[in-house]
Formats: sequence, C-alpha cells, structure tokens
Amino acid sequence: MPMTAREIAEAITAALPGAVVELRDLAGDDDHWAATVTAPQFAGLSRVAQHKLVYAALGGRMGGVLHALQVTTVVPK
Amino acid sequence: MSDVNARISDLVTSNDVVLFMKGTPLFPQCGFSSRAIAILDHCGVAYESVDVLQDMEIRQGIKSFSDWPTIPQLYVKGEFVGGSDIMMEMFEAGELQAMLDESGVAKV
Repeated sequence: MPMTAREIAEAITAALPGAVVELRDLAGDDDHWAATVTAPQFAGLSRVAQHKLVYAALGGRMGGVLHALQVTTVVPK
Repeated sequence: MSDVNARISDLVTSNDVVLFMKGTPLFPQCGFSSRAIAILDHCGVAYESVDVLQDMEIRQGIKSFSDWPTIPQLYVKGEFVGGSDIMMEMFEAGELQAMLDESGVAKV
C-alpha cells in the first residue's frame, strides 16, 4: 500500500525535528511523489548523507512500498 | 568479499564512470534511469552502463554495496556519487560537471 502524503511528511518530521516537507504529487496515484525537505540536520552533510537521513526516516520503505519518491534536500539558510 | 561484491567492485574500479540502471541507455526501463542517462549524455562523458534488470544478483547486491536503496546508481572513479535525484541536484548546481572535469574522465 503506497504511503499517503501525510504519512510521508509525518515520518520525515518525526525523525527530523524542525524539518519542513513540501510534497508534490507527480502522477496523482499516491505513489509518485516529489518531496523537498529542508532540515537543519542537513547542515555540513554531503548530499548522499542528507538523502540517507530522509530514507532512514522512511524506515526502509524507499525502493520498496515507496516505489518512486523523488527527494530534494535543502539546507536552511 | 562475496562474489557479487567482487563483481561490483571490479565494475566500479575498472571503469571511470559506471551507471547501474534499469534497462540500457537506448532503452531505459524507468523514468529515473532515463533521467540519469540524459544527465550523463548532457555532460558528454564516456560511461559504462549495467542493466540490473538482466542480473538480479547485482540488482540486490548494489543496494548493500553502496547502502543506497534505489536504482539508478552512479559511480565515478570507484566512488558512489548518488542516484538520479542527487545527479539532478548536482547537475543543476554545476557540481556534477565540475566533478567529472576534475576527475579527468574521458569525454565523448
């Protein structure tokens, strides 16, 4: 069962307090999302490390139930 | 080192630029893989591609090799660079082109 927008946002903000999550539905099927995550925890981390924090927040669903989540990470100015 | 890790290690060290993808550059089988191909073609570098749909062992093995859950995966000079999203972020910031130039990979 794909994750809903709310579940994705809640999972990320629960794991990354202070994060702001913007979600765009790419295909209208609750399965293809683009998420822009702005989080203070990203500061000083490589892009790969930033994305891994988001994937960890989604508890291993990336590549599985969450078939296609496009992630962009942003370090707050 | 397991057999599949050895095979992957050999692939990423014997080629400057390697993209593990679904399908082939001519016939990508997934939107993210085709976006990665478009980015590499735009950068104008020579690269090796590995179709993970033809090799289930590598399809799973690559995810633990890099501790990264999705395909495609880009390697430059043996180093994991990222998936399609990170390639796009780096490309838009000009970082990917700079990194490829600095690592002296062959252009096409």
